[in-house]
Amino acid sequence: MAAQYRGTKTRGPDPAVTPPTAAAALTVAGSAGSGRPARPSGSGRAARFVPYLLLLPTLAATALLLGYPLVRNLLISFQTLEPFQLIQHTTEWNGFGNYTDQLTSSEFWHTAGRSVAFTLVNVVLIMVGGSLIGLLLNRLGKKMRLLLSIGLVFAWAMPYVAATTVYQWLFDTQNGVVNWGLNAVGWHSMHDYNWFSHQLSTFAVITLLVVWGSLPFVALNLFAGLTTVSAEIFEAARMDGAGAWRTFWQVVFPMLKPFFLSTTFLEIIWVFKAFTQVYALNAGGPEGLTETLPVYAYVEGFGNQHFGTGAAISMLTIVILAALMSYYFRVILKEEDEL
Amino acid sequence: MRRSLAGRLWPNIVAVVLFVFFVFPVYWMVTTAFKPDLDIVSSTPVFFPVHATFAHFTKAVHAPGFWTFVRNSFTVTLGAVLLSLIVATLSAFAVARMRFKGRKAFILMIMMAQMAPWEVLTISVYLIVRDSDALNSLLPLTLFYMMMVLPFTVWTLRGFIAAVPKELEEAALVDGCTRFQAFIRVVLPLLAPGLMATSLFGYITAWNEYALVLILNKDSGATLTLWLTEFQTNFGDDWGATMAAASLFTLPVVVVFLIMQRRAGSGMTAGAVKG
Repeated sequence: MAAQYRGTKTRGPDPAVTPPTAAAALTVAGSAGSGRPARPSGSGRAARFVPYLLLLPTLAATALLLGYPLVRNLLISFQTLEPFQLIQHTTEWNGFGNYTDQLTSSEFWHTAGRSVAFTLVNVVLIMVGGSLIGLLLNRLGKKMRLLLSIGLVFAWAMPYVAATTVYQWLFDTQNGVVNWGLNAVGWHSMHDYNWFSHQLSTFAVITLLVVWGSLPFVALNLFAGLTTVSAEIFEAARMDGAGAWRTFWQVVFPMLKPFFLSTTFLEIIWVFKAFTQVYALNAGGPEGLTETLPVYAYVEGFGNQHFGTGAAISMLTIVILAALMSYYFRVILKEEDEL
Repeated sequence: MRRSLAGRLWPNIVAVVLFVFFVFPVYWMVTTAFKPDLDIVSSTPVFFPVHATFAHFTKAVHAPGFWTFVRNSFTVTLGAVLLSLIVATLSAFAVARMRFKGRKAFILMIMMAQMAPWEVLTISVYLIVRDSDALNSLLPLTLFYMMMVLPFTVWTLRGFIAAVPKELEEAALVDGCTRFQAFIRVVLPLLAPGLMATSLFGYITAWNEYALVLILNKDSGATLTLWLTEFQTNFGDDWGATMAAASLFTLPVVVVFLIMQRRAGSGMTAGAVKG
């Protein structure tokens, strides 16, 4: 969703320079309907509470519906919580047991490595492909640009769950159009090929699904960014004899560096925690070979009913995500000084 | 500077290829949904169907519980969006228009909450909901979806509120309105397009949510996302019906995207302030 709100960013006048009149007016709201601000000292104190009163519902909801689950997850990760404890309603602490189990298990490290590799491949494809499509949009004529934009919006609007179902059908063993196409162009061993029975081919489909769905965001946003770069700058670069490659790296990239940095981090975070596409496509199969960390946490927690273990895995995932996010925030806090 | 014919042609060719790449899955979903079974399983795919049938849609719509899931999805989605709009408008107004201690911290919290890893919080959410005996109920789902879209709603509304000229509000205050009246009578009407756009994005998020409903609800408490992922399991290899189900699920999202395209709100305040 962050995707879209970046697109509709509406910058208004800087709220930080609110003139004193507005602050004084606050007091009116404090003593609703009483007319003019009377005594600055008394009403000033009341006014000071107004913003906090307005924030209260948001803060309460965040604490209850996000903060509490986070804390609870942390607590569970230090417990042995399996169907027995669940039914008996007992709490059995086991210290760092779940963590040491995970950190010494080869399955965890395999899954972590797989997650990192999966994220890396997807993000590189998304960023490189998205940038190229964005640049292409900038170069196209009006009609072709509209055509390609429509295509992008279609892929963007497609809900993950529906897209996953469609990809299962596209890559169906018997009647899938992909197998038919590959067979038709001469790759006959792909006739009746089962994409979901091998690790790499399943990952190939997941990657295609993720990249297909993510390219529009990068491409359309880069294009939006490019339209803010004035045509004269491109003209000047061309006059100076810069080719397309140099124009990109020495003109476009430096100007839109904040965009590239923040988008890359966003994509890393999104792909790393992607659950729907990976799980709904093949449930992490075959034999758990396409489980990424979020899917692994889910399968351990709910599939195998080791809730404590699942919570520990999810905490480890959250730690990795938090590290990525702190980088992301450093980037965007530098980029936007409007806070 | 004139480019050669090839130089002018290749971007267009690439654009067409890309267009096909992006649109084809959607096209294939819709056409499969309308194709008769014989065309679906034919050894050579039928790319341009001439015989359309509504049989698959009929089957999908008559699947057990379909209308319950539709109702559940709409209830949860609209509930979450409305709640988050109310809660977010309050804090967005505070952030956009007032100065107070902790404002930066609050914004930072919102930005972090926006990126909350819901996908890996499922275990504790499940246990919390289970402890309060609310599994299979729509209320916890609504509340958690509300929380999912809340940060983004606050963030976007803050931008929309900041974009409403302060002078309009001040004029209302001078005319004797209280701050609250000024908000209701002046800011809120101008905010309508912003509220609309924001709620549509929230609507899409909640409509598409999968990880939480997967663990919290089933059977009569399920939503359409869950139904769609299980449709194939329930109906075997009936791809026509599955694609019809996927099309039905996608339709409301497409409608929302179309509405957003048409929204024209930026001109509303143009000219309201002189000089």
